[in-house]
Amino acid sequence: MSPASLMRGAGVAVLTVMAALALFASVLAPNPPGQQFANRAYAPPMRVQMHDAAGWHAPFVRRQVLEDRLRRRFAVAEPVALHWFSHGTFVSVADPDGPLLLLGADALGRDVLSRVLYGARLSLGVSLAGVAGALLIGAIIGGLAGTLGGRIDGALMFVADFILVLPAAYLVLVLRASLRPVLTTPVVFGVMAAMFAFAAWPHVARGVRAIVAGERRCDYAEAARAAGAGPVRLMWQLLPASRSFLLVECVLLIPALLAAEATISFLGLGFSEPTPSWGTMLSDAASVSLMTEAPWILTPAVLLFLVVLAVQLVAGDAAPAGTLLVDRAARQVRT
Amino acid sequence: MTSAFAAFLVRRFVAAIVFVTLVSASAFTLTRLAPGDATTELFANGASAVAQVQLRAQLGLDRPLVEQLGRWFAGVARFDLGTSSHFSGLPVRALVARYALRTVELAALALLLATMVGLPLGIVTGARPRGAVAIVVTPLSVALVSCPPMIGALALLLLASTTGWLSTAAGDIALPALALAAPLAAMLERLQNRAVREALAAPDLLAGAARGLSGARLLWVHAARRSLRPVLGVYGIVIGSLFSGSFVVEIVTAWPGLGRLMYDALVSRDLFLVAGCALAGAVCLACGNFIADVARALADPRVQEAA
Repeated sequence: MSPASLMRGAGVAVLTVMAALALFASVLAPNPPGQQFANRAYAPPMRVQMHDAAGWHAPFVRRQVLEDRLRRRFAVAEPVALHWFSHGTFVSVADPDGPLLLLGADALGRDVLSRVLYGARLSLGVSLAGVAGALLIGAIIGGLAGTLGGRIDGALMFVADFILVLPAAYLVLVLRASLRPVLTTPVVFGVMAAMFAFAAWPHVARGVRAIVAGERRCDYAEAARAAGAGPVRLMWQLLPASRSFLLVECVLLIPALLAAEATISFLGLGFSEPTPSWGTMLSDAASVSLMTEAPWILTPAVLLFLVVLAVQLVAGDAAPAGTLLVDRAARQVRT
Repeated sequence: MTSAFAAFLVRRFVAAIVFVTLVSASAFTLTRLAPGDATTELFANGASAVAQVQLRAQLGLDRPLVEQLGRWFAGVARFDLGTSSHFSGLPVRALVARYALRTVELAALALLLATMVGLPLGIVTGARPRGAVAIVVTPLSVALVSCPPMIGALALLLLASTTGWLSTAAGDIALPALALAAPLAAMLERLQNRAVREALAAPDLLAGAARGLSGARLLWVHAARRSLRPVLGVYGIVIGSLFSGSFVVEIVTAWPGLGRLMYDALVSRDLFLVAGCALAGAVCLACGNFIADVARALADPRVQEAA
């Protein structure tokens, strides 16, 4: 295997695992994501051990006991056996032995691992929904502009360019601020997906327009016109030419929107407490002192980075990874 | 200066003015249409409705949207951006100017850093894709390209506070500038790498080599000049993402820039401050794009015809 295909395989593997983690969050999470455990604020991650003074054992953890609340010091006590596939979750410990905190706890004593898993659902879900929306709008508008040409083309691309030049973060911020501050989680999901689609469609439309406008001069387009196809029908005939472009665009938009979700929720304008999303979890990590004392609350940042990196590796394909972003930049210059 | 180039400059200038007008008008309109205004929070605790109505009238918030917008633009023409309600009556112009300068400072430093690091490295790795430098730089670049500014800022904060290499104090420019410059440098390195590889394969470079030009001269003079064109083209796009990125970095690292101000203004529904920020941001963006366009047109005369 060449290094390139190895990298690509690694990227696919990371993305598959992420998707599985998000899908099966309810089974994999050891604790309910919203449950606050008493005396567990900023509890460090438990280490899974298999060996102690008495020799080898089945994997076990050690119970945590709060020693000093102010300094957030925890002592490790007696070993606790891990239970597999019981209590309705993949792995757990018996109730009186205290919560299983494999990635530690946050400020309110909630399990970081469970919140990260449930958060993956929202964060990945809202990005995917945004990408789907952007592809749909972009393909239709780009297709129309490319098929019709002339003044309509000019007007549509003027709008696209206008949105394209705006910094996405400001655009989404202003859009979000023009709505009521407090919304329920499903509404926030819808609103964010819609905002992402609105901010991202021009990227898609620009490329689709260029491809469709090129196809318009092909023989099959001429044939369709001669057979009496109207503009919509003609567009329908021409759009499949942009398939591979749409696929690439899909891969490129996911990391951008994931980062956008994290940013917006970080600012408190996206999902709000106690809903777990990667962005809301990171907003707790904003203070430097907390970050050094309890670095495990940065887990969502690590996962976010991994997903973006994996996408880069997958998209990189034959060319060295990372150049796709550059590709897109170069394409925008040309079109 | 040719007349084609003059016409190009005029067209870009008009486009920039249209852009600035549209951006500030949309920001104004969206904020005005949003539920609640600057008086909502002040009177949220059931204070007298009469006082609220009076304050609204004083701020001009009870007028129809078109009239407000017209008054605001008339003010802009006199360089009067109104007063901020969030910053208790300070003139918006002074506020916006102060904060926007900090953002420009940050963005410019990041762009400079990224250029100084990214372009030379890209030339080196492009010339020797399997050399020692490329083996170290390429994976690092790929990782950094995948590092959104927010994650980069958080990671740098963690690094700085555990190792003490950087100051984490608010107002210290090193950390935010690095967080902003890192992904940008990586992207420029990747781009320059490819441009140089393409340039080295070009027939005129081969001819130069056949005439006996030294490898260093071929690479650093001829290939570098040839690769300038595609790289310059990207700067126009980079400026938008630079602003997006600086917004996030400002919030995470407490840098007192335009992003911070805009956020505060939006949250407190400070209509004039929002519009002022949008105006300042749009002006900065338009200036950046204008400079990038002109640089591109100078490097590639075809751009003058197209735009």
